[in-house]
Amino acid sequence: MEAKRSWKDLPCGAIIEDLKAVLDNKTGAWRAMRPIWHADKCISCLTCWIYCPEGAIIVKDGKNQGIDYDYCKGCGICAEVCPKKVHAIDMVKEEK
Amino acid sequence: MILAKTGNEAMAYAMRQINPDVVAAYPITPSTEIVQIFSNYVHDGLVDTEFVAVESEHSAMAACIGSAASGCRTMTATASQGLALMHEMLFIAGGLRLPIVVAIASRSLSSPLNIHADHSDSLASRDSGWMQFFCETVEEGYDTLIQAVKMAERTSLPAIVAIDGFILSHCMERLEVFDDRKVRDWLGPYKPNWNLLDLDRPILVGPATLQDYYFEFKRSQIEGMNRALPVIQEVMKDFREAFGRSYDVIEEYRCEDAKAVVLLMGSACGDVRAAVDALRKQGKKVGMVKLRVFRPLPHGLLRAALGRFECVGVMDRADSVNSFVGPLYNEVAASLYDAPRKPTLLSYVFGLGGKEFTPDDAAGILEQVLAGKKDEQVTYVGVR
Repeated sequence: MEAKRSWKDLPCGAIIEDLKAVLDNKTGAWRAMRPIWHADKCISCLTCWIYCPEGAIIVKDGKNQGIDYDYCKGCGICAEVCPKKVHAIDMVKEEK
Repeated sequence: MILAKTGNEAMAYAMRQINPDVVAAYPITPSTEIVQIFSNYVHDGLVDTEFVAVESEHSAMAACIGSAASGCRTMTATASQGLALMHEMLFIAGGLRLPIVVAIASRSLSSPLNIHADHSDSLASRDSGWMQFFCETVEEGYDTLIQAVKMAERTSLPAIVAIDGFILSHCMERLEVFDDRKVRDWLGPYKPNWNLLDLDRPILVGPATLQDYYFEFKRSQIEGMNRALPVIQEVMKDFREAFGRSYDVIEEYRCEDAKAVVLLMGSACGDVRAAVDALRKQGKKVGMVKLRVFRPLPHGLLRAALGRFECVGVMDRADSVNSFVGPLYNEVAASLYDAPRKPTLLSYVFGLGGKEFTPDDAAGILEQVLAGKKDEQVTYVGVR
C-alpha cells in the first residue's frame, strides 16, 4: 500500500494535479436515479455535455455517445436541459 | 498629489490603481461607496475589471473564489452582516489559499441593528484563514489595501483590510495618493500558482479529504499563515522604499520610557495618541502600542514589545460574550503567558456599535493602567 503523505508534502490549497484519484473514485455508485439516453431521439446539440457537472456525457467526433455510468451521479440536469421537443433523456429509478 | 478623501473614496481609489481583473460585490453600509465608486470607474473605462453585480455577499465571495481559482487578481468590499453572510465562503477561500483581497468598513453585527463601527465583523472571521489588517487613518487604509494585494499573492493567503465604519469610511482626511503607473508597476502582473481554466494542466480544485488527509491539509494551511509574517514585513519594507511611507506590524507611540501603555487596533489609536500627549505634558509616563496585523498574530513581536512594561491595557473594539475577557486581550495574554517578563494586563472593551470614544475616555484608561489597578474583570468603557 502507498505510504500516506506528510502535511509537508501536500500541495498548497489542496490542488490535485494527479487526476488518477478522481478516475478511481467511481461516483456512479451514489446514483439513485438513472438517466436513460435514447440514441434515436438525440440530435447531438450537446447541451447536456455543457451542463453535466461530472463530465459523464460521452462525446465522440461531435456526436453524443451516451452516458458514462461509472461517474454519473444521477442528478438529472441532462434530462432537464435536453430540449423539450427532443426529449432524448428520461430519468428512471435506479434498480440494484 | 494631495487630495481630501473619505475612507471609502480612498479604498475605491486604491482599487482603481490596483486594477483587479475581477470585482464581485454586493453593497452594504458603510462599505457601499467603495464598490459604488469603483463601479463608476468600470463604467467610465478607467479600469479593465470585470465587475460582477451579484445577489448576495455569499454569492459575491463565491464569485470571487471562482475568479481567483481561474487565476484572476480578485477584490471585493463588504462589512458587518455582509461579511457574516460570506462566512462559509471565507473558509473555502482560506483553504484553497486564494489571494482575494477584501476592503472592509468595520461595523457591528445585528441584533439590535446598528450600522456603526466596531470590529466584531472581522474578529468573528478570525479562524477562516485570512490575514487581517486594521487601519488608523484613511491614508493607512489606502496604503494597506495596495500592500495587501502583494502580501496576499506572495503568501497565497486571502486578506481583509479594515477601516472603521463611518469614523474612517465616511470622514474626509488628507490623502497623498501615488501615481497610477507607479502603483501598477510596483504590484506588477499577478502570476497565479495554478489556474482552473488551464486546459494544458488540468487540476482538481476542492477535493474531498476525509479522516486521512483533512487534518494534514489544515496543518499545511496553518504553516502558510505561520510563515506569512516575514513576507508581510518584507512587503512593508519594499513599500517604504518605493513610496516613502513607513509601516510596521506593531507600532509604538511614545513608549521609550513608558511605565504603562495601551494596545489597540483601528481608528481609536488617534484618540489615544491625543491622550498620551496630554498625559505626557503632566509628566505621566504613558504610551500606546498599535497592532496593525491581527492575522498572522505576531506572537513574538507582541512578547518583545509588551514584556518591558509594568502594566498594559488591552482595548478590544469587540466582545466575545462571556469569554474570559475581550478577544484581542485573550490572544495577547496567550502570547505573553510563557514570556520571561510580562506585564499586568487590564481588559477594556470600548466603542461597540460606534459608541463615542474620545481622548478623555482614552486618558481615563491610561490613568487607570498607570495605577495598575482594575475594578472589574473587564471594563466596558462608557457603558451606562
